[in-house]
Amino acid sequence: MKVWVPRDAAARSLGADAVVDAIRDEAARRGETVEIVRNGSRGMIWLEPLVEVERDGVRIGFGPMRAADVAQVFDGDGLGAVDELPWMKRQSRLTFQRVGVIDPLSLPDYAAHGGLAGLRRALEMTQDEIVTEVTDSGLRGRGGAGFPTGIKWKTVQLAEAPRKYIVCNADEGDSGTFADRMLMEGDPFTLIEGMAIAGLAVGAVQGYVYLRSEYPDAIEVMEKAIAIARREGVLGGDVLGSGRAFDMEVRVGAGAYVCGEETSLLNSLEGKRGVVRAKPPLPALEGFLGRPTVVNNVISLATVPVILEKGAAAYAEFGLGRSRGTIPIQIAGNVQFGGLFEAGFGMSLSEIVNDIGGGTRSGRPVKAAQVGGPLGAYFPVSGFDVPFGYEEFDGAGGLIGHAGIVVFDDTADMAGMARFAMEFCAVESCGKCTPCRIGAVRGVETIDRIVAGDEGAIELLTDLCETMKDGSLCALGGFTPYPVMSALTHFPDEFGKRREAAE
Amino acid sequence: MPTGDDFEATVSAICAAHADREGPMLPILHDVQAEYGYIPQEAMPVIAKRMNVSRAEVHGVVSFYHDFRETPAGARVVKLCRAEACKSVGADALADDVRARLGVDWHGTKDGVTLEPVYCLGLCACGPSAMVDGRPIARADVDAVCGVAS
Repeated sequence: MKVWVPRDAAARSLGADAVVDAIRDEAARRGETVEIVRNGSRGMIWLEPLVEVERDGVRIGFGPMRAADVAQVFDGDGLGAVDELPWMKRQSRLTFQRVGVIDPLSLPDYAAHGGLAGLRRALEMTQDEIVTEVTDSGLRGRGGAGFPTGIKWKTVQLAEAPRKYIVCNADEGDSGTFADRMLMEGDPFTLIEGMAIAGLAVGAVQGYVYLRSEYPDAIEVMEKAIAIARREGVLGGDVLGSGRAFDMEVRVGAGAYVCGEETSLLNSLEGKRGVVRAKPPLPALEGFLGRPTVVNNVISLATVPVILEKGAAAYAEFGLGRSRGTIPIQIAGNVQFGGLFEAGFGMSLSEIVNDIGGGTRSGRPVKAAQVGGPLGAYFPVSGFDVPFGYEEFDGAGGLIGHAGIVVFDDTADMAGMARFAMEFCAVESCGKCTPCRIGAVRGVETIDRIVAGDEGAIELLTDLCETMKDGSLCALGGFTPYPVMSALTHFPDEFGKRREAAE
Repeated sequence: MPTGDDFEATVSAICAAHADREGPMLPILHDVQAEYGYIPQEAMPVIAKRMNVSRAEVHGVVSFYHDFRETPAGARVVKLCRAEACKSVGADALADDVRARLGVDWHGTKDGVTLEPVYCLGLCACGPSAMVDGRPIARADVDAVCGVAS
C-alpha cells in the first residue's frame, strides 16, 4: 500500500509526524506493508494532515487526519479522489504542478512529472533565446515588485563581468504568505532547475538561496535537494552532461525582515548588517560583491521551468491585462478554507475570500482583508470587487505583493492593526533612512494620540505617511503607510470608537 | 564564560571551515551560536582577526540580527508569532496567556524558558502559530505552547 503524508511544515505543525507513526503501527498490527512518501502539501491547509492512499491508481484523500483515526486510511472511504476535489479542480497549477504530488527528494519522481524538461530545452538555446522566452511569457517578479523578469535578466546578461550571480530571495517574511516555503518543501528541484536556467541565460555559474531561519524544514529539504542534484549531475561543473557549469548553496538568514528587500539581502549575504543600499546602482549591474546579480523571488524562479517546458505563449495565455500567467494565492488568517490556490490573474477578492476561502473560520462576518503582507493595504468588504492584478490593485490603492491575503472578522481592531504596522516598521527598520527609522516611531505615537482623542493628529499622521512614502529608501518605510492609511480611510469610526471608549 | 585556548581554537576552526565561501560571516555566526547557544563577547575578536575586519564590524553584524544572542537563552525557547495572520485568529490573547503562564515578557527568561516574538513562521492558514525548541505548533493554545515548554 502506498501512502502519502506531507512533510510540509504546516502539516507537521498539525501532527503529521504522529500520523506517520500511527500508520506504521496500524500497518504492523494488520500485517500489511506500507510505503510512506513524505510529500509536500496540496495546499488545502484546513485538511492537513491530509493523508493520501493509492487505490486503483487514484489517490484518495483522508483529512484532517488524527493519529487516533488512522484505521480509516486502511478501510475508510475518505474524501474521494484528491484531484477531483472542487478546490483542486478550480485551479490552474503550473508553478505548483508537482507540489504535494511527488516525493520532494526523488529526482526520478521529479523527472517523471515533467521536471528537467525546461532545463534540457534551455541547454539547446542561446542566452538571447532563453531571455526572450522569459520576457515573452510576461512573467513579473512574484516577490511583490512585479518587475518584468525577462528585462532584469537581459540587464544582467548584457553586463560585462568575470563573475555573475543568481540570488534567490527566499526571505519570505510577509505575514499571510507561505508559497515560497511550500514550494521549497514540496518541490525543491523546481527552484534548482529555475536557478540553473537563469544561470545559463545570463552567464552566471553560482547561485545562492537566501532562506530565512524561521523555515527550518525548508532549509533541510533545500539542502538535501541541492546535494542530490549535485550528485546526479544537475548541478556542478557539467550540468546534465552539457559541459556547462552551475552550482548553488543555501544561505540562512538571521531573523531580519528587512533582508527580504533585495539590496539589504545582498548586504546580508556578503556578511554585513542588512542595511538597504541606495539604487542606483541596480543589483543587476552591481549586486552581490559588486558584480552583476539576478535577484528573483522563489516563485519567479520556480515558474521559469514550466515556461521553458510549455513555452512562453502557453504561460501568457493565463492572466489579465499586463498581469500574465498564474499566481499562487495564499489565503490566510481568519478563514475557513485557508491554503494555497494557484490560478490565472483576474479573480476578484470577493471570489477568493468568500467563494474559495469560504468566509471566516470564526463564522463571523468578514470585515477586511489585508493583501500583500504587512506592507499591504486593508480592503473593506465594499472594495472586494477588485480583480487580482498588479495594475488593478495599484489603482485601488493597494498592492498584491507576494499574493498573501489575510482575512479578518468583525472583531478585528483596525486602529490596533494600524498601530501594529508602525510598530513592526520600527522594530524591523534597518535604520539607514530617516523617514523609516524615525517616522515609524513617531507613527506609533501619533496613532496613540488619535485614539486618545486628538483629532488634529489625523492630519499629522497623513502628512507623516506622505513623507515616509516619498522619502524612504525601500518598501519597508515606503509601504508601511498602505496598511496605516487604508485602515484610517476605510475604518475611520474604529479610531473614533476607541476614542469614545477612552473618553 | 568561555575562555582559553580551546575556546579560541574552536572559534578559529569554525572560521576556517567557512573561509573559502563568499561572504562567510553569517554562516560563521550561526555556527558559533550553534556551538555555544549565543555569541560570546570573547568570540568577536577571534572572528574579527580571522576575517580581517574590526571588532566593531563583527559586533555591528551580531547586534543587527534578531537571531543572534549576546547572552545565553534558556534551555527551552518558545517563539510566538505576533504577525497579522496570527493576530486575526487570536495571537494577542494567546501571547497574554503565555506571558502570564510563563511569568516572562518578550525576550525574557524564567525557569529555563525563554520567550521570543517571531514575525511569521509561514503557518498563516492555521494560526496562531508558535515554535517550541524548533518544533512548529499550529492552532496553538496556551496549554499546547506551555505544555511542550514545561
